[in-house]
Amino acid sequence: MGMTITEKILAAHAQQSSVTPGDLINVKLDLVLGNDITAPIAIKEFRQIGVEKVFDKDRVVIVPDHFAPNKDIDSAEQCKMVREFAYEQDLTNYFEVGRMGIEHALLPEQGLVGPGDAVIGADSHTCTYGALGAFSTGVGSTDLAAAMATGETWLKVPSSIKFVFKGQLNPMVTGKDLILYTIGKIGVDGALYQAMEFTGEAISALSMDSRLSMCNMAIEAGGKSGIIAPDEKTLDYVEGRAIRAFTVYGSDADAQYAQVFEWDVSDIELQVAFPHLPSNTRGISEAGDVIIDQVVIGSCTNGRLEDLRIAAQVLKGREVDKRIRCIIIPATQDIYRQAMKEGLLDIFVAAKAAVSTPTCGPCLGGHMGILAKGERALATTNRNFVGRMGHPGSEVYLSGPAVAAASAVAGKIISPDSL
Amino acid sequence: MIYKGNAWKFGRDIDTDAIIPARYLKTSDPDELGRHCMEDADPEFMNKMKKGDIIVADENFGCGSSREHAPISIKAAGISCVIAKSFARIFYRNAINTGLAILESAEAVDGISAGDEIEVDTDKGEIKNLTTGAVYHAKPFPEFISNIIKQGGLISYVREKMRSQAG
Repeated sequence: MGMTITEKILAAHAQQSSVTPGDLINVKLDLVLGNDITAPIAIKEFRQIGVEKVFDKDRVVIVPDHFAPNKDIDSAEQCKMVREFAYEQDLTNYFEVGRMGIEHALLPEQGLVGPGDAVIGADSHTCTYGALGAFSTGVGSTDLAAAMATGETWLKVPSSIKFVFKGQLNPMVTGKDLILYTIGKIGVDGALYQAMEFTGEAISALSMDSRLSMCNMAIEAGGKSGIIAPDEKTLDYVEGRAIRAFTVYGSDADAQYAQVFEWDVSDIELQVAFPHLPSNTRGISEAGDVIIDQVVIGSCTNGRLEDLRIAAQVLKGREVDKRIRCIIIPATQDIYRQAMKEGLLDIFVAAKAAVSTPTCGPCLGGHMGILAKGERALATTNRNFVGRMGHPGSEVYLSGPAVAAASAVAGKIISPDSL
Repeated sequence: MIYKGNAWKFGRDIDTDAIIPARYLKTSDPDELGRHCMEDADPEFMNKMKKGDIIVADENFGCGSSREHAPISIKAAGISCVIAKSFARIFYRNAINTGLAILESAEAVDGISAGDEIEVDTDKGEIKNLTTGAVYHAKPFPEFISNIIKQGGLISYVREKMRSQAG
């Protein structure tokens, strides 16, 4: 019987010839990841195991990106703790502020993840790397601790859901719109414990940035992982970046899927998720009149170059509404620098947007744009739960960069076509 | 273990931001995290609940972030166990790893009303509603996961495993 790409990667890392959904397996990991929120607990747990050193100093990555640059004294203490651990363990891949970027933009960019890898990270959006044809999933701090010690983790082999996207994309529609549409269709637990495999001509047409933002939100449908089989675009992206040899896998024609969805993307317009679940999606034409106070363009979902270029295309020659705080956060230093070279940052500042150094910051209500009671934000981030960006009485709407930039200009949620 | 407490009912998709908002993640101190348990789902929760009480929720409990602070907060708040129709997968792993008792039973969730007195036997997976007299059985854990629980969580499990490999 054939296997899916996910089953093949897991079988290879469990040193088995095959695996079946439901199998509990022990998986050798290519990379493990923690950040300034999750690593402190992992480090405490690691000390309890009784080993001195991490399993491989090249394969344990720590990125202080959530409350960094340090937002307050407590956050500074957490960052200090992970920094000291990174120095003590002589970790090759610890990224200090100035080198740091948002982890799920940074790791693919730096070639730390490649096709065929098996990766866990103590951050739910670790599923992002599926866009490179890797198996990657989020875990908690104790799982990270065990993996830092052993280089292994236990996993239940997930069944896969296949999503086939046919047809031609509408103008300005990106991976973010496709994934919001998907979550809207299947719900926030529609893929619970399962792998979400994205295929079809519309996926082939997507840029790597768009694919990363799609796989990034697999967790918002409850998915264990999102994955896109590598093609020419993937290989172009990883060649010259990948720091290790990689393996390209694909699903067999007779692979088994728990479910198959097939959608024509020409029916999919720009999407907006209303409070308080990412599944509460509507097409922009059905958004109505929603007045907003803040726009955030950034995060591990949409802080990449493609997102900034789209935002700049909309903001060029325009100004953010006087009532609106528009905060733009390039996800990594490389993206920041490239945006500077291309003149994108100049467009943003000229449009009266605030441009920040890379940080997860406002996405999780950390810092750099917290909402007061009753305030409303439109963000290119990934979650719109109650209190996600600040006061429990505030609201977050989610969209891609085109709608976010247009809405910053209009002061209300609007399609760029309506500007 | 046998736990006895009163039920606090919650709906579906209780996310980890509701269980422990990110504004409190600047510490991993269990007592501090426990003080804010369920704050954005019910701001009065910590004033109303008493030690040993039980959270009873619908589908997809613990969805969202990977923060282990969520089960740590629930445990430190004094909640003895969580019964839900289903758990989000990272929360499920985190609960096992941190020793928070969790039980999956749709029948129990439907058969329990807010305030009912509940007795749970985690070894047998048995849930008794002492108020109504009904008895429910939770979905059993796979043997592999039961072993992790029996060994006192993932860290003890890994410590033993590494010790035996070294020996």
